[in-house]
Amino acid sequence: MKYDAIVIGAGHNGLCNAAFLARAGLEVLVLESNSYVGGAAVSRELHPHWTYSNCSYVCGLLRPEIYRSLELARHGLQIVPYGGGVTFTRDGDILGGYLDKDLKRRELARHSARDADAYMRYGRDTMRQCRLIRSLLLRTPPDPSSLRWRDLREMMHVGKEFAKLGEAGIYDTMRFYTLSIADYLNEYFESDVVKANFAGSGIIGTALGVQSPGTAYVLLHHYMGDVDGQMGAWGFARGGMGAVSQALAAAVQAHGGEIKVDAPVARILTRGGRACGVALANGDEYYADTVVSNVDPKRTFLKLMDPGDLQPEFLARARNFKIRGSSGKLNIALDGLPDFPALGAGNPLISGDMHFLDSLERYERAYDDWKNGSWSKDPYLDLLMPSLTDPTMTPPGKHMMSVFVQYVPVKVNGHDWTDADREAFKQTVFDQIARYSPNFRSLVLHAEVRTPRELEAEVGLTEGNIFQGELTFDQLFFNRPFPGYAQYRAPVRGLYMCGSATHPGGGVMAAPGANAAREILRDLHRGSTVPEGWSDD
Amino acid sequence: MLARDHFRQLVCETPFHPRTAALNQLNLWHRWRDHTVADAYFDVGMEYNAIRNSCAVFDLSPMTKHLITGPDALAYMNRLVTRDVAKIKPARVGYCVWCDDAGQVIDDGTIFHLREGVYRLCSQERQLDWLHSSALGFDVRIVEETNDVAGLAVQGPTSCAVLKSLGLAGIETLTPFGLRSFPFAGGTLEVSRTGYTGDLGYELWINPERALQLWDALFAAGADHGIRAIGTLALEMSRIEAGFIQAGVDFLPADRAVRVDRTRSPFELDLGRLVDFSKPNFTGRRALLEEQHRGSRYRLVRLDVEGNKPAKDAYIYDQRRTNVGVVTSSMWSPAAKASIALASVKMPWGAPGEELAAEIYYQKELKWNRFMARCRVVEGAFFDPPRRRATPAADR
Amino acid sequence: MTERQTVVVIGAGHNGLVCATYLARAGRKVLVVEAAAQPGGAAITREFAPGYRVSAVAHLLHLLDPVIERELALARHGLSYARSSLVNVSLSPGRPALSLDGGDVIAGEVSPADRSALQVHAARMQKFARVIARQHARVPPRLRFESWHDVLPAAAVALDIRLLGRKDMREFLRIATMNIYDVLEEQFEHAGIKGVLALDAVLGTRLGPRSGNSVYTALYRQSGSVNGRSGALALPQGGMGAVSNALVSAARIAGVEIRCGAQVEEIIVREGRATGVRLRNGEELRADRVVSNADPKTTLLRLLGARHLETEFARRVQQLRAVGTAAKLHLALSGRPQFRGLPAGLLGERLVIAPDLDYIESAFNPAKYGEFSAQPIMEVTLPSLHDASLAPAGHEVLSAVVQYAPYDLKGGWAAGKRPFLAAIMAVLEEHAPGIGALVQHAELLTPLDIEQQFGITGGHWHHGELALDQFMMLRPVAGAAQYATPVAGLYLCGAGCHPGGGIMGSAGRNAARVIAGGR
Repeated sequence: MKYDAIVIGAGHNGLCNAAFLARAGLEVLVLESNSYVGGAAVSRELHPHWTYSNCSYVCGLLRPEIYRSLELARHGLQIVPYGGGVTFTRDGDILGGYLDKDLKRRELARHSARDADAYMRYGRDTMRQCRLIRSLLLRTPPDPSSLRWRDLREMMHVGKEFAKLGEAGIYDTMRFYTLSIADYLNEYFESDVVKANFAGSGIIGTALGVQSPGTAYVLLHHYMGDVDGQMGAWGFARGGMGAVSQALAAAVQAHGGEIKVDAPVARILTRGGRACGVALANGDEYYADTVVSNVDPKRTFLKLMDPGDLQPEFLARARNFKIRGSSGKLNIALDGLPDFPALGAGNPLISGDMHFLDSLERYERAYDDWKNGSWSKDPYLDLLMPSLTDPTMTPPGKHMMSVFVQYVPVKVNGHDWTDADREAFKQTVFDQIARYSPNFRSLVLHAEVRTPRELEAEVGLTEGNIFQGELTFDQLFFNRPFPGYAQYRAPVRGLYMCGSATHPGGGVMAAPGANAAREILRDLHRGSTVPEGWSDD
Repeated sequence: MLARDHFRQLVCETPFHPRTAALNQLNLWHRWRDHTVADAYFDVGMEYNAIRNSCAVFDLSPMTKHLITGPDALAYMNRLVTRDVAKIKPARVGYCVWCDDAGQVIDDGTIFHLREGVYRLCSQERQLDWLHSSALGFDVRIVEETNDVAGLAVQGPTSCAVLKSLGLAGIETLTPFGLRSFPFAGGTLEVSRTGYTGDLGYELWINPERALQLWDALFAAGADHGIRAIGTLALEMSRIEAGFIQAGVDFLPADRAVRVDRTRSPFELDLGRLVDFSKPNFTGRRALLEEQHRGSRYRLVRLDVEGNKPAKDAYIYDQRRTNVGVVTSSMWSPAAKASIALASVKMPWGAPGEELAAEIYYQKELKWNRFMARCRVVEGAFFDPPRRRATPAADR
Repeated sequence: MTERQTVVVIGAGHNGLVCATYLARAGRKVLVVEAAAQPGGAAITREFAPGYRVSAVAHLLHLLDPVIERELALARHGLSYARSSLVNVSLSPGRPALSLDGGDVIAGEVSPADRSALQVHAARMQKFARVIARQHARVPPRLRFESWHDVLPAAAVALDIRLLGRKDMREFLRIATMNIYDVLEEQFEHAGIKGVLALDAVLGTRLGPRSGNSVYTALYRQSGSVNGRSGALALPQGGMGAVSNALVSAARIAGVEIRCGAQVEEIIVREGRATGVRLRNGEELRADRVVSNADPKTTLLRLLGARHLETEFARRVQQLRAVGTAAKLHLALSGRPQFRGLPAGLLGERLVIAPDLDYIESAFNPAKYGEFSAQPIMEVTLPSLHDASLAPAGHEVLSAVVQYAPYDLKGGWAAGKRPFLAAIMAVLEEHAPGIGALVQHAELLTPLDIEQQFGITGGHWHHGELALDQFMMLRPVAGAAQYATPVAGLYLCGAGCHPGGGIMGSAGRNAARVIAGGR
């Protein structure tokens, strides 16, 4: 059976890509190995009547241009902002990130009056960086080593965006991209708990510590999003993250695209040096002149392709691609709402994201554990109870807890995860939570424990890296995934990449899928169906 | 230190709240950062007229206040602001601005020289981060004391008479920008002849514990002098008539600006008189010297607008219909009987006397009209009564 | 201007001397004031025990700009090399010593794959290091794009990268911000090779091999050349003081006056302009230009004072990261130590105790928390093997750079120095059994000692962490990266400026060019 385009993997980027291709009139087939679409953006009932967003769990980066262009609202997607965040301290206090800005400032001032005012400077400077990067999200990175008109023009665009920062702004930006989150925060704040409160966004999903240069940039992957123009805000997809994928899938189908689940691709077929289709594990073959892989580059090039179709140098690039898993996740069904006494009754922050590391040193030591081959003994948790915001997640009065855990290694001291390891890991996380919530353990009905191994096995993300590749500058922008291959085209003609391993990276943004679609349609001499980014001025 | 459960009280009340709440028949409030303050109490027009005709009382307790002390306090203040603080003697007050490295205005405010070497800086925004950063190398102590000092503006032609009735002997001899202490209810009441209305007026500063006593005594003393509590809406009218600028309205505080080129220098805000190059180094000095040499980009102008339509947010054009700026504040001035506006225009436009045009959109009964209003650049305040400066101050 | 412009240079370190000499040659009347009793700053040779002399801080010369060496005729002024190129020897108990000379394996058991990978890696790093080296003699551009005058210097940097060719340019842009750990793991199997190469990336920095941007520091270290050999490591005859002596001689010939024992207390500012310096004894020295070879924090915050600067600029200077992590160990030995598995012929080379990447990373970890390494990494030399003037006959001097020894040690160095020395000696004893018995005298200079003895803030060799957020137009901070400070008449010329630390002289030469060319 021959299609115009085949997309491998029905993750959100694959679906987004397929939707834009279908909208351009292409006959598109999306192939998914699991029995459900969504990849890592899924809602799953793993405990009766409880819905888990069991991988990605919050939504803030999804580009509003795509949301609107693919009419995701009409296809059932609804994003509901949630209420702030909080860091618990070991001495029984909290630092609350209230949504109300005056409340938030007063709260910061409880810990440091100066930091409360410095927060304005921090917000301004970080927003300047957000603005720069947002202008590049829905664009294809230029190849700086190329002299083609298109690359030069795109370089000019980047240059102009830089020039807009002004001389001082350019220097700040150069520093921002090379600083560690710890050094960046040190330039604003004096209080350790204040720094700790902001530090998490610099390391989530990466295999880096807060003192690793380059982590200040990662902050942007958590700040550049917005919910209805509220920059830096995050929300829940009503019905769980699967709602994002369902809406995207509905968009694909609305434009005539076809999605097949339980259809694991085993090989990408080539003929005469160009991609011509795929073969499934069961031997079925599907043909198309355009094959798009939403799968990470290691899998795409080292597993799905015949090494003979690629240059040894390119294969080395794929092998050296940094895609280390560093995080895990616990999804917990609760019989009721756990107490967090430090919050105080009636505190709205109960519905926000909770963190338990109150110093940069604890963050860095958590990273050292990972470097040494183990999960962190005092881990960084990003804990949320979506059921407090989204009534569709659990039966009334019951709750669901989503606990993102970092750092968690791909292998434990060099060996594969065992059940005993998983249990010990779970207890580490439970201990951390129970320290701040005395009745937590007694409410647990079910807990799903996910290490990088589960993420790789179920979603197919190599080593369980949630961003499909480390977010360091050697793998960003024109280097993502590899220098010279950042424009969504693989070295084999007709083969494209559209996953988070391509610019602008991970975080349920859907921009890589959209950008890849634009490049494909360009190669096919079709008009683009992909929206341009909205201006911020 | 606040309690951990301060979130229960989202909005704070000023020390005068029990009285202002009782008077606020409109129940109109807005948030002035942490606090709730009255927009208006009964009728904005009457409140405005209290400023210009009798005595208006405005609760300015939420005004940000920092206390600066220590051996280097004067040297520090001089490094911070653009004017020469050495010229502000003890018991005097000075209006000032401070700039970032690029000479762009961060905020404006008033310096109260409370006692030799003890300064209080009043400003719109909180500034601890900047104040501490500027203190590197100075032996000073900087404490935010916003909530430790309650404040009332007492403004209008009969304000001096009210204060006399309150028992502040000799208050009429206090010169503009003068500061004097009086015993009050077993404590101290500080009175400065300052204000944001461009009229005769005073500001009263007191320990919050005695705030209600002050309010009651003041209103008792003012009963025969037309005293009236006013809200922010009336105050806003008087400050535009006086030609005063407001942070966040007429200029963007430089420390909040995300986009470059959105900020203004003191020269560009018509505050060149506050820049003193003959004093020791201050932040922004080098940039401002360069600006003086190279020329400013913008200029703040006061416009007398033809007709009676308020020029809200209007674009400003020159004679050849080139867009040269935008209105930042505007109103119909009851005192001047004119449509007046503050605008930021590109240089070289905006010289005194220049004729420009404002593109005004207004509606009558839901029908929108566009009107190109001629406007003339005028100098000084739109309304500037002699009683504002006269000493001894008149009783009415 | 009929009268000769007068210049006072604060500090007779190598950059101060270089700057002074070029300025004198450009017709300026130059006075160098130095707090210490002898010129040379941290590039001196001193007696640390009776009869034993050693290069006090820097002990290997590898970055000295050959142009300066030639222009100032340092050879004529007495600079010569006891050895012009040491090779690297990686020590690891239980493994035959591995010796590398650039891309060549001289000794050790190395697989053919690693041998060829080493050739490729060394050649590529050399090529990339040349891009860095080309920037050394340039004044960093300002990125303001208002005129071609601003754009051209920036474009020149871009062109240098462009001229690498497409493939290498891409690789350069990929690895420029990477950590050395990943780059080495991509290419090598032999732990020792990775250890030696990673040491060069972290020596003198507060980075571990897994810290991002450590490729840049590796390239920086390779960007010099000695006797036309790039990346070479040399031992000056007579120790590092010989370099300073040659510079002093060149300076005096050029007409520079040098006053030692003259500590500057304050830079005098009149009407926004630096007009001279006041010495500790109260004496005021007037000058048309003041040039400081002291580190940026000392110069701008202590000698000048933040009050003469803008708030944001002063804050940047205050936040400049300059926290040293390298200590210096000097041992007076009564005989030659024996290192395990080390052929006798290699004893005089650069002995590296950094057996593998994880060893270095583990040594680094404590530094993050203000603790010293229990098992430190070391760069060990025995200069007396090449230079008999340094030790009594039959005796030897051991000079080692030891990491990590954070300046901001928890509990303070008064208490920490003794246990740290014990930890170092334990590591040395493991590699060279019996060395402890040979020690006649041991001197350990912690970063705190270096700060106190040489006046460098944080005891940081480079006068400020060498990192991508503090390089070129960001070094020491934006607003002072072109050697001129915001205060008219005041300039910086030290290692805190572009291109950075190491006995190099480029900062001094660039600064002189700016000052001589300026109005």
